[in-house]
Amino acid sequence: MPTSPRPRLAVWKFASCDGCQLSFLDCEDELLSLAGEVEIGYFLEASGRTLPGPYDLSLVEGSITTPEDTQRIREVRRLSKRLVTIGACATAGGIQALRNFARIEDFVSSVYASPEYIQTLERSTPIAAHVPVDFELRGCPIHPLQLLEVISAFLAGRSPAIPTYSVCIECKRAGNPCVLVSRGVACLGPVTQAGCGAICPGYARGCYGCYGPMESPNTPSLARAWRALGSSRRDLLRAFRTFNAGAEAFRRESEANAD
Amino acid sequence: MPEAQVPASQGSIMDREGLQALLDVLTSRGFGVVGPRVRDEAVVYEPIRNVADLPEGWTDRQDGGRYRLERREDRALFGYAVGPHSWKQFLFPSRQRLWQARRTETGLEFLEEPSRDERWAFLGVRACELCAIAIQDRVFLGGVHRDRSYAERRQRVFVVAVQCAEPSGTCFCVSMQAGPKATCGFDLALTELLHAGSHRFLVEAGSRVGQEVLAAIPHRPANEDERRAAEKVTALAAARMGRTLETRGIRELLQSHPEHPRWEEVASRCLSCGNCTMVCPTCFCSTVEDHSDLSGKHTERMRLWDSCFTLGFSYLHGGSVRKEIRSRYRQWMTHKLSTWFDQFGSSGCVGCGRCITWCPVGIDITEEARAMRSSLPEETAHV
Repeated sequence: MPTSPRPRLAVWKFASCDGCQLSFLDCEDELLSLAGEVEIGYFLEASGRTLPGPYDLSLVEGSITTPEDTQRIREVRRLSKRLVTIGACATAGGIQALRNFARIEDFVSSVYASPEYIQTLERSTPIAAHVPVDFELRGCPIHPLQLLEVISAFLAGRSPAIPTYSVCIECKRAGNPCVLVSRGVACLGPVTQAGCGAICPGYARGCYGCYGPMESPNTPSLARAWRALGSSRRDLLRAFRTFNAGAEAFRRESEANAD
Repeated sequence: MPEAQVPASQGSIMDREGLQALLDVLTSRGFGVVGPRVRDEAVVYEPIRNVADLPEGWTDRQDGGRYRLERREDRALFGYAVGPHSWKQFLFPSRQRLWQARRTETGLEFLEEPSRDERWAFLGVRACELCAIAIQDRVFLGGVHRDRSYAERRQRVFVVAVQCAEPSGTCFCVSMQAGPKATCGFDLALTELLHAGSHRFLVEAGSRVGQEVLAAIPHRPANEDERRAAEKVTALAAARMGRTLETRGIRELLQSHPEHPRWEEVASRCLSCGNCTMVCPTCFCSTVEDHSDLSGKHTERMRLWDSCFTLGFSYLHGGSVRKEIRSRYRQWMTHKLSTWFDQFGSSGCVGCGRCITWCPVGIDITEEARAMRSSLPEETAHV
């Protein structure tokens, strides 16, 4: 056990499905080592015991969708020396950012019996739209090994080795024949950031874009290739409008294919 | 790795059973045989044990951004061109640990990666791929800094070339003087002969160890007709290239037009996904990643295939040098066809066509070169 106090870790939830926190708990074998290296100060998904801030490292899951949360995230930032956002909700607004493309009153009135009780924002936005963020870890959900890499890097005071290039690069490293070329399967891999290990192409499926836009996404060119494979504009609209619908490059391409 | 070349043999003939015997002899000599097999709708290079593992009766149809397997009318075992894999994945693995370090009471302890005693026999190497291996040999083994792990893998490889009979729609090895006939760089070279129900291979030994292996499998001397039939296989292949690339003056052409508008045009199509560089049998770039663990007591350095199409590739202090896709495509194509001569004394392209086929949007290096050349006055284009 280190003699110096262990860094205090907090995990926060905003608008999200908790899947990224579950990915954290999926680290299973590494969780005990982690508990040896950090003091878990706030992680309600795992424990009801909480310790007061400040926190050396805060992991933030979820997007900002309510007036209260715009204030709460400021408080979280104030309590955190380092703040890392985890997952598509926190980094791009999540699937709930679909509201950004419609009128929120229409959703509220059609979903809730008493819409007057609902207080929600018109748009779902990533954490970085509200407070400074030290690092964004992509994915829907995040990959446990990437999360461990980010935490290990934080503990060592180094940059995390989280690549921002395309899924294609890890797909080819894994030896997968390109599904777009060999099967004519529509795949978002060329415009999507690596990190998942190219799971879907490894099972002969096209990439769904769970990790959001890669560093220099040429979505118009990929969209033309999809059209040549027989995809409709509606297919493209739907493909770019999922978990990372609010990410700038995907938003633009989905709007380019909207009616 | 073939040692000193042996005198050209007159060729021997073996049948399908002879091919199985070849696999068995190589296995018994301690080689892990890798060769072509069908997986995931493509001919890939993976470990094989039996003739039955080979892509019998399959061929590939290829064009820019498109690859499809199709049935052949015969039982050819090597009746395809080249697929998404290349032999570099065995000689230069896509992911490799370079070393580890442990924090100790007194400091740091570094752990070298142990030598691996794997010995590969490559079955089905095409002429263009032999050229690609020779190019990577110059990259990794030429000059002052030899890559030790590449050297270890490379020197133990036994190469069984198979002459190309079925170039694809994206092949242009003739333009690059890299095929289709393999003339050196192999231990054994096979030409598949399919004629009127008979299925035989003409075998040539290219090294002493190749001669030894051949001696251990059933064969007989080839007759004149069989030798002529084998010659015809590669001659016909040479006449059926799907693409051509004019190489005259290409080195100067690319180096003298860094601001040509074609770079902007290709950048509008290029995805900067890196597929071309991953499938290229000569692309050799790698990056390293250091990973410390949670305790900070153990770290390892990994080497991974990298691509000049990533932003990180040209990252220097303060940012990436090649921010625009235009700059990255220009870097790749100019290096491949032009500055490779300055660096390694040859072209970096063998005309295998993989970068064309496996580009998701079908960007064609031969077409790009042609477009650039044709847009310029004759004397400029041929500097």
